[in-house]
Amino acid sequence: MTVRGDTALELGAAIASGGTTSVAAVTEYLAAIDAREADIHAFNLVHAERALESAAMVDRRLAAGEKLGPLAGVPIALKDNMCTRGIPTTCSSKILKGWEPPYDATVVERLTAAGVVSVGKTNLDEFAMGSSTENSAFGPTRNPHDLSRVPGGSSGGSAAVVAAGFAPLALGSDTGGSIRQPAALCGVVGLKPTYGSVSRYGLIAFASSLDQIGPFSNDVADSAALFDLIAGHDPRDSTSIPKPHVPCLPAIGRGVEGMRVGLIKELMGDGEIEGFQPEVIAQTKAAAAALEAAGAIIEEVSVPSVVYGLSAYYLIAPAEASSNLARYDGVRYGQRVEGPSTAAMHTASRTAGFGPEVKRRIMLGTYALSAGYYDAVYGKAMRVRTLIIDDFARAYEKVDLLLSPTSPCVAFPIGDVADPLTMYLNDVCTIPSNLAGHPAISVPFGTGEADLPVGVQLLGPLLSEPTMFAAAAVLEAAAPSTKSAEVRA
Amino acid sequence: MSINPVSATTLSAYTVQSSVEREPSALGDAWEMVIGLEVHVELDTVTKMFSPARNEFGAVPNTNIHPVCLGLPGTLPVVNAKAVELSIKLGLALNCTVQRCVFARKNYFYPDMPKDYQISQYDQPLNAEGWLELPSGHRVGIERAHMEEDTGKSTHVGTSGRIHDAGYSLVDYNRAGVPLLEIVSRPDVRGPEEAKAFVEELRSIIVAVGASDGKMEEGSLRVDANVSVRPAGSDELRTRCEIKNVNSLRSLGRAIAYEAQRHVSLYESGEAPRQETRHWDEEGGRTVAGRAKEDSDDYRYFADPDLVVVDPSPQYIEELRASLPVLPRERRLRLIERGADSEAAAIAVGRDLDTLALAANDAGGDMGRIMTHVQNNLAVDGAASLDPAKFADLVTLEVGGALTATQAKQVLADMVDTGRAPADIAAEKGFEAMESGELEAVLDAIIAASPAEWARFVEADAAGRGKLQGFFVGQVMKATKGQADGKVVNQLLGQKAAAKR
Amino acid sequence: MLAIPEDELATYTEQLAAILEHANDVEALDIDDVEPTHHPYPLANVFRDDVVEAFDGRAEVLANAPAEEGGMFRVPPALGEEP
Repeated sequence: MTVRGDTALELGAAIASGGTTSVAAVTEYLAAIDAREADIHAFNLVHAERALESAAMVDRRLAAGEKLGPLAGVPIALKDNMCTRGIPTTCSSKILKGWEPPYDATVVERLTAAGVVSVGKTNLDEFAMGSSTENSAFGPTRNPHDLSRVPGGSSGGSAAVVAAGFAPLALGSDTGGSIRQPAALCGVVGLKPTYGSVSRYGLIAFASSLDQIGPFSNDVADSAALFDLIAGHDPRDSTSIPKPHVPCLPAIGRGVEGMRVGLIKELMGDGEIEGFQPEVIAQTKAAAAALEAAGAIIEEVSVPSVVYGLSAYYLIAPAEASSNLARYDGVRYGQRVEGPSTAAMHTASRTAGFGPEVKRRIMLGTYALSAGYYDAVYGKAMRVRTLIIDDFARAYEKVDLLLSPTSPCVAFPIGDVADPLTMYLNDVCTIPSNLAGHPAISVPFGTGEADLPVGVQLLGPLLSEPTMFAAAAVLEAAAPSTKSAEVRA
Repeated sequence: MSINPVSATTLSAYTVQSSVEREPSALGDAWEMVIGLEVHVELDTVTKMFSPARNEFGAVPNTNIHPVCLGLPGTLPVVNAKAVELSIKLGLALNCTVQRCVFARKNYFYPDMPKDYQISQYDQPLNAEGWLELPSGHRVGIERAHMEEDTGKSTHVGTSGRIHDAGYSLVDYNRAGVPLLEIVSRPDVRGPEEAKAFVEELRSIIVAVGASDGKMEEGSLRVDANVSVRPAGSDELRTRCEIKNVNSLRSLGRAIAYEAQRHVSLYESGEAPRQETRHWDEEGGRTVAGRAKEDSDDYRYFADPDLVVVDPSPQYIEELRASLPVLPRERRLRLIERGADSEAAAIAVGRDLDTLALAANDAGGDMGRIMTHVQNNLAVDGAASLDPAKFADLVTLEVGGALTATQAKQVLADMVDTGRAPADIAAEKGFEAMESGELEAVLDAIIAASPAEWARFVEADAAGRGKLQGFFVGQVMKATKGQADGKVVNQLLGQKAAAKR
Repeated sequence: MLAIPEDELATYTEQLAAILEHANDVEALDIDDVEPTHHPYPLANVFRDDVVEAFDGRAEVLANAPAEEGGMFRVPPALGEEP
């Protein structure tokens, strides 16, 4: 019997009921990886033996009667910026080559406790800085829908894993759209949770006040189940929300009857922000119509300050990154290039270890924080965050959720976007949620140019994930069919 | 400790700023020193500031470590509640305003700093605007006292052991992340002695509130001095140099004196010092230029996004204020209020004998005599456990003339050793005050034996008698083996001389 | 610190200038009276108890070191003192 047609929840149920085993499931997925990974390069590392050992352990635990939850035994892939004890964790950077963390990230601990089986570490833009996964020191990941195109980024490897059927689940991290944009470009579901709902302990920091771990899956309910598993207070993360997590899985199927959903006026391609493909706009409108047909009330809502989001983000994120990435100095771990003094060793190690995009952002961030510019640059950008939060708050007085495209365009050809600024424009719809700390989910909704997947994004206020999942499930059910299932096969 | 509370009004009555005696300028009349001190205190916690690794001095290298204080990728800091508690207590003891505060990253590269930034506080420190009063009564302003984390330690390995030769360094992160409170004074200190008094007073406060053991030799207390000079009486602030590597109070005094003199010499030869960090060279007895400041002064401070604000509630602050022990200044003032002079009070508190003195005074002992004993005769182990009532009895015997000062000192020493009652000891030693008739006979014999001295004594005015008076008293003491009461001898001498004239 | 080779300098300069020019719209905003947002989910007073958490990864930590000697991290000599 084949397990790869099942959703993660179906597979989990089958394993729990003895219909199949975790070892069988993992074996089947490893075979799929074997067959196509050379073409796609979704992984930095597949640890097949370890995965099979873990699967066998889960099978034994289940056989012994242990209750492990709905995803026990199901394979998952982890973005390679989450620390896994004894397993290389690289951030797709040469500077961390060979580093084996001596500890597990909190999400990894939670997955292990729940019996979810990691099969490997996925490729990303170096230190999660990018929107195409082309900035990996270990080569780009290819979009399973079209191998000549990017999967999006920075969590392109995790999105590709799910799209290619290498695992039914993956974790990514989202700082400015790094889960949602690749989810859209690969035709899968991706959630950026409320800031503070998933522990960042063990997630290698890019921009600390924006980073958030979240799930990828083919199915909305699977993302809800995985989010329910990893969310919740962690005393190791001072920014973790000290409240019990409200489960999202029960919200699936609640529908959108009477729900008010606003289309963000500024992100519909006819305003100040340009570059939206007409097919993407058309699918977003179709998604709105689908919600309306299911009983939601649709209106257009203005969130004027989102036009400043991109600029503010590209000052704040590099500023935090310039400090977060200072520790890669060749002293304690990772790559070292020897020199006659510590300072020389430090400069040489970093110059050789970081790729161009990382260097650009370090330079940008160093500038944004420097004494003469702090107030005009970084300080200002932090105030823009407040403007965006205030604008969203006004919008949420009128509506429950907002709707927009996830990405202005479908997956673009590898090597097509050479200019950094043009690349940054990919994140224009996703960045405002990170600046505000709000949750947002990308759901596949039909196709656009070249028959490639389009994703639409639902946005909500802090901790509105249950409402968001209810609406996402409606969109999923109403979405035009695509060739996604074929791609996974 | 059973000390009667002293009201705030009584305390302030003894804080007389204008009459404070200040250290005379060691630079002569033309120049004065302007000194500000920066003191790093390692807080006495079980774990580090942001990491659950152990905070312990002297462990095997890299054993008190944890992913957090190693700054490993992905780790996050969480504030140690105890470090905040101790920091607030110390802030309150320094009369600071305790306020909502923010942790900021101070970005710079150094191999013993695991994250290549230090979590510190910048524009919003925990404690602001306090003061510390020296035993002299002079108040030194406290600009701020903020929380931060310590660095690790690098040991240079090379042929000469000097920092600039080849070779290499070995880094130990046991100290990395240890909680520090950095206390920054206003430039209100005017000389090496005042600087030492500041650090000593600060140390006694730190130990009193239990914030740290205050050991300079183990680095629990580290002092940097910002030194400048200016023409005496002016209020300008000239270029200052920060003196580091001062590992003892003695070095602090020497380093400041040296550095101030260096500035004066530069100004007097038409030059000027430049702003820089300088290191105290203990062997050479001089400061040497360190890193020039201009290249790396931009630490790119910004609020640490991994941490949230610390905003102590008024109730919590008051709870901690109420838990503070009686601080050295207040202890001194309690003695002064009973008539002790400020120097004796400082010594008594320094020796932890103030409680004894107050209790003995409460038991009826004369405060002046009590303080004289505390100052002169009780710098011994076990003094603090003297029974206050017996101590008071001793003083009363002495004041009543039943014991001479010399006898009282001997009895007191016995009391410290044995804890017995002073009357019993005096009786055993055969101490009785001499009848004044008997004493007069002894004095007459001495006068008869020293006619020349006596003649001069009689002729002299009060000022001229000092030495001769000492001669006659000494002779009497010798003849009576110390059993004569010096006061009575003096009275007799005065009476006899007056009769002669 | 980073060292940028001469031949790459012009490219970086140009790219950074373009990004900063795009950010001019933010720099031009008159929003000094708006409070900055440091944390999207405001929290205060998050503490941990002063209790040791054992860490059993010392050997792994030292094994990760590019150069190690006697349980310490070996680095080239530090030229200049700590700031």
